[in-house]
Amino acid sequence: MTNQTKYETHEHDVLIIGAGGAGLRAAIEALAAGARVAVVSKSLLGKAHTVMAEGGIAAAMANVDKADSWKTHFRDTMRGGKLVNNWRMAQLHAQESPERVRELEQWGALFDRTSDGDILQRAFGGHTFKRLCHVGDRTGLEMIRTLQDRGVQLGIDVFMECTVIRLLTDGNRVVGAFGYWREQGRFVVLKAKAVVMATGGIGKAWPVTSNSWECTGDGMALAYEAGADLLDMEFVQFHPTGMVWPPGVQGLLVTEAVRGEGGILRNKLGERFMEKYDPKRMELSTRDLVARSIYTEVKEGRGSEHGGAFLDISHKPPEYVKQKLPSMYHQFKELADVDITKGPMEVGPTCHYMMGGIRVDAETTAASLPGLFAAGESAAGLHGANRLGGNSLSDLVVFGRRAGLEASAFAAKSPAGGIDSGQIAEAEHDMLAPFERGDGENPYTVHRDLQNVMQNLVGIFRTEEDLTTALAELEKLKQRATRLRVEGSRLFNPGWHLARDLKCMLIVSEAVARSALARKESRGAHSRIDCPNPDEQWGKQNNVISREGDRMKLRQIPVKEMPDELRELVADDK
Amino acid sequence: MADAILEVFRGNQEVGGAKQYTVPITPGMVVLDALHYIQAHLEPDLAVRWNCKAGKCGSCSAEVNGKPRLTCKTRMDALPTDKPITVYPMKSFPVIKDLVTDVSWNYRVNRKIPPFTPKPGTDWKMYQEDMDRVQEFRKCIECFLCQNVCHVVRDHHKKEEFGGPRFFVRVASLEMHPLDNVSRAKLLKDELGIGYCNITKCCTEVCPEEIKITDNAIIPLKERVVDEFYDPIMKLVRKIRGAPKAG
Repeated sequence: MTNQTKYETHEHDVLIIGAGGAGLRAAIEALAAGARVAVVSKSLLGKAHTVMAEGGIAAAMANVDKADSWKTHFRDTMRGGKLVNNWRMAQLHAQESPERVRELEQWGALFDRTSDGDILQRAFGGHTFKRLCHVGDRTGLEMIRTLQDRGVQLGIDVFMECTVIRLLTDGNRVVGAFGYWREQGRFVVLKAKAVVMATGGIGKAWPVTSNSWECTGDGMALAYEAGADLLDMEFVQFHPTGMVWPPGVQGLLVTEAVRGEGGILRNKLGERFMEKYDPKRMELSTRDLVARSIYTEVKEGRGSEHGGAFLDISHKPPEYVKQKLPSMYHQFKELADVDITKGPMEVGPTCHYMMGGIRVDAETTAASLPGLFAAGESAAGLHGANRLGGNSLSDLVVFGRRAGLEASAFAAKSPAGGIDSGQIAEAEHDMLAPFERGDGENPYTVHRDLQNVMQNLVGIFRTEEDLTTALAELEKLKQRATRLRVEGSRLFNPGWHLARDLKCMLIVSEAVARSALARKESRGAHSRIDCPNPDEQWGKQNNVISREGDRMKLRQIPVKEMPDELRELVADDK
Repeated sequence: MADAILEVFRGNQEVGGAKQYTVPITPGMVVLDALHYIQAHLEPDLAVRWNCKAGKCGSCSAEVNGKPRLTCKTRMDALPTDKPITVYPMKSFPVIKDLVTDVSWNYRVNRKIPPFTPKPGTDWKMYQEDMDRVQEFRKCIECFLCQNVCHVVRDHHKKEEFGGPRFFVRVASLEMHPLDNVSRAKLLKDELGIGYCNITKCCTEVCPEEIKITDNAIIPLKERVVDEFYDPIMKLVRKIRGAPKAG
């Protein structure tokens, strides 16, 4: 009857899209709950973007600063997010992250230690106490390896180098996905009673980014196309410290741990400029503020030779620097010919993290479509308008676990959905069209132009004029993206893959620009030159993006009201 | 701006050969940048694995001028430009396409290794001095360059009876974990074939994380196997003490 006999087909209870920290943690929980689980990964297992996380995982363990508690972590997260966070997510996150860290340790992770033999914690921007559990500056690697090993032990089924190109729906319920194996270019149908989106961020829509090639907003775009709500899409975090020189490494992350360990920012005049912008917290101010400060210094002519600021840790003993920041030491030595134990690094803002994403329920991680769940960077709400460093790794394990639990529970009480062969045929047709065209544009050219639009018009500082222009430019790019041409065969073809990634990036970029245009104020990572102050009304609402036919629809919903006892926790200092 | 000539393998396991590309050199450029230039401007279907471009994920392994390297950490200005720079896939794994190889064997070996198994009733206290040596092993980014360069795999094709340096490092990280409570000596001897390793240190030389694979992982593991299976005195000591694990 259908295309189904034509395609390789797999059937699971829970399908997890993405094999980073959130996806693997979800898989572990769903497996433990007895579900049949598959994890789909665009890359090989263990290479997801989580591997690049450096500084640490935030959890109020109170190993170093005894006064720390979930309440302070909650307060820091809410205030860092400028109070438009989903308070319940922030509360669950603060309460559950210590247990999630202990669990990683019980699965074999080896965090750096205090002299008492407990997990060591370091200072980070926006955190009141020393809170980040870490392994030098390679915490993400430790975490992904631990989760990978645990998953392998439980018999996890991973579809490596397999890319999802469309969610399949039965009515409005998500019942699986359609994808393709990169190796052979062959299509595959993945039927599932529940789907967890854990696909990470959208950094690759900008040219200067810390993100890997995989971060093309897939989960957000796929969910949007299926009809799910996206939330807070204007809030894109520019990490203050990316490498700026040489050109090939521009944007590469310089961990906040450099500042956590005492690194100092200076301009070319030698001034410690954070004194002007945040004299109380200095270098350990929140990321939005430090990024804007560096940007302003450079724009006003006080930047370094290559358009950055100087970040210096060389006042610390060389052995200490090498022990606490080993990958930074090697990264600068090998790629930039700079010895960071002897001199400063040149750093500047780099597109790093998407606070917005799929709108989810705090407790269950359920998206606005039945059968769809989301966790990690592809989901929204926890971080509000600005994420604190270290809160991403904890987000992955806290909400990854919840997603696995809830998706398996949903699967257990749901019958298998029906697969619509029309949806599959449409996706296949769209996917193969670039091969059929005799003439058309190279996807790499369109991608580069998209990146320039986002960098120049939807960057750190925004204006109504720029954003309006950006939307017009995005419309042109969307048209160009319908006329792409791909060369070569379907076998492991990066150009073909990019043609498909572009579609996701364009959807997400438009959502970012639309939300940013609507929010006529400055808050957290969203800075409007034409509306430089926070606005009381905007402080009470979140932007929601959804699909209406072929059009993107924007609406506002009220920020969820906090109970009184939590409101007191986040109140201003008396 | 100066140009470089890259000679890149195009093809698969059955058919293929080198193809030359001219690439403009920019300051600080690495080989992976040059491969990306080829994709964006010359041949968009050139297959290359990469993720982080920062030496942290271990995806972009290849053989540059005959040397197994991470292409993201191989600077163009460190290579002679008077002749073409050759970029070939890792030799020990079947080629899927161009520079992409089938490394699935590694994932199969990994599944044979018993997981971290904590001592019952542990209080989870660990001290940095007991962890330093294990943290060295945990730095591994699974680039599989050590697997690629090991004679036992590369020249003698003993993938079925051998684990390879990567997985000796992984076993070492478990065996030397301060709170681990099982022995993997039998696995090392029988299934991972650690006896095949004749400590030529080729793996150590290519490790981008500078893990002292031979000295710190393989030799101590070989000693454990000897203690457990071939040393009658140690055997007796264990019998008396009842200790499940050597060292």
